[in-house]
Amino acid sequence: MSAMPAATGLPTRRRLGDRLGDRLLLGLAILASLTAVVVIALIIYKLIDGASASISTFGLGFLWHSTWNPASSAGVADANVFGAGTLIFGTVVTSAISLLIAVPLGVAIGVYLSLLAPGRVGAVIGPLVELLAAIPSVILGLWGIIILAPVMRSTIEPALHGAFGFIPIFGTPSATGLGVFTAGVVLAIMVLPIIASISRDLFLSVPRELKDGALALGATRWEMIRGVVLDSTRPGLAAATILGLSRALGEAIAVTQLMGAGSVLSKNLFTTGDSLASRLAEQVTNPQSSQQLAALFYCAVILLAMELVVNLAAQLIVRHFERNQGVLR
Amino acid sequence: MSVPLDPARPLTAAGGNLRRRRRVDQMMRAIATAAAVVAVAILVIVIVTVASNGASQLSIGFLTKDPTAELGAAGGGIASAIVGSAMIVAVATAMALPIGVLIAIYLTEFSKPRTARPIRLALDLLNGMPSIVIAVFVYGLLVEGHQQTGFAASFALAIIMVPLLARTTQEMLRLVPQELRDASHALGINRWRTIVGIVLPSALGGILTGTVLAVARAAGETAPVLLLSSIFGVGTTINVFGTALPNIPYTIFSDSESSFPADHARAWGAALVLIAFILVGNLTARAMLARQRRIMSR
Repeated sequence: MSAMPAATGLPTRRRLGDRLGDRLLLGLAILASLTAVVVIALIIYKLIDGASASISTFGLGFLWHSTWNPASSAGVADANVFGAGTLIFGTVVTSAISLLIAVPLGVAIGVYLSLLAPGRVGAVIGPLVELLAAIPSVILGLWGIIILAPVMRSTIEPALHGAFGFIPIFGTPSATGLGVFTAGVVLAIMVLPIIASISRDLFLSVPRELKDGALALGATRWEMIRGVVLDSTRPGLAAATILGLSRALGEAIAVTQLMGAGSVLSKNLFTTGDSLASRLAEQVTNPQSSQQLAALFYCAVILLAMELVVNLAAQLIVRHFERNQGVLR
Repeated sequence: MSVPLDPARPLTAAGGNLRRRRRVDQMMRAIATAAAVVAVAILVIVIVTVASNGASQLSIGFLTKDPTAELGAAGGGIASAIVGSAMIVAVATAMALPIGVLIAIYLTEFSKPRTARPIRLALDLLNGMPSIVIAVFVYGLLVEGHQQTGFAASFALAIIMVPLLARTTQEMLRLVPQELRDASHALGINRWRTIVGIVLPSALGGILTGTVLAVARAAGETAPVLLLSSIFGVGTTINVFGTALPNIPYTIFSDSESSFPADHARAWGAALVLIAFILVGNLTARAMLARQRRIMSR
């Protein structure tokens, strides 16, 4: 008789633990998942909140005005007038330079790794290219300042100026090697591994029958690559480019180190400039007035909006073609 | 299935002869190969310059001494920065790891497609958000009107780490065979015991590797520490919640912008320490990941 309560008692306690444990784990998992959503909402709210004073003062004109005058003393003309025109220009131009370099190079690397490299060579080079993405931007910036900038100043910029000097963007070479062009080149190094690894995966996903079919029809390898592989993965390559753009737009540190913190709009790529992200890196910790901090938050809002648009676009492209084709990941 | 080849359009331009087509083919293949060589060359050049410039700095003293208080002076080390970076990243990992793993558990074990979609989207957006924007957010949340703390930097790094940890954990949980779960259920073991006792332990190796990768990424993130933990003294401290902590990325950043050669030298030394940590972390993680995948997909 005495064994009965124990025999039923144990499973009940166990069952209670089971039920509580299930609820607890599910609750915690839902809570953690909601945290991710809440953090996004909180970031958007907090940045807009911090920028509200600046948004109401300068409105949308902030986007194209290029005064940035954090004067704290009263009586100075244009004191505490801010605009992000030069910064948006700098962000767009450096990102464009990086994509112009990294997209063709990255796609070519993708072609090599997925279609041309002998198995063992590809197995070594693929991870090495991905390792490039692991190098922190501050180290690439340090390398850019001390190693790349002098080479830019003494060799590359004069050569480009000499050959293409009639185009205004290749103007007088800089005195230090620091500037928009150098920043764009180092950004390209950061974007390159992203484009390369995505395009490799894309090209690997092209059905073998299509590639073999083209070769069987007498196409050369390159004709097969151009006609079958590149053609069928075009939307994926667009998404890869957009993801690379997302990386380039938001990079603050290396750009701060290499762009030379200029404040003038110039056609010449060899002059100094500044971008949204790098202005934030330079000035958020020591604003001279609350208006300046609000203007910096406004810059962060612009950057956030650009990134959200770019990332959602990449998502849409990938989703759309996942549904239609199944070729993309 | 769409057909990417238009049968009406010839693959080659009209009139193209074989020799020219072959030459174009060879040229394009050479270009692709050269591109791969360029990428590897950049990696090698960066690592070799960091190693050769940093090696001359590296000594026991460099790793165990605090920096000198005097601006631009030679000597001193980066001990305080190493300790500070370790503290900041450790606290960030302690916050991000449970959240990342729980999100992955929710997505693989509990969620329905409809509830999973917004969470996946949030993770993707969080992953694509620049670290400087996250840093400005945390600045407004914790630092503005107060003061910089190591914890603020940890908080920002945790936001950066969560999507990385959630993604790798999810990948690993998916590799755990469904039969294991079914067998566990068949034995009358309920869900949470199955997940905690069977599924998580099977994926533990993979979760660890994911953590190593996330830690390596966080250790090199400069924007958060620049905004949230950059005004500090020269001494070693582990007071994460009270003050800003010295750290390696900011040390490299500020020394790289300095005009004193002694500061450049310290930047190279610190860069070598950081890059060695990151490369070792990445390579071991890769090796472990490959092994884990092999074992689990058997």
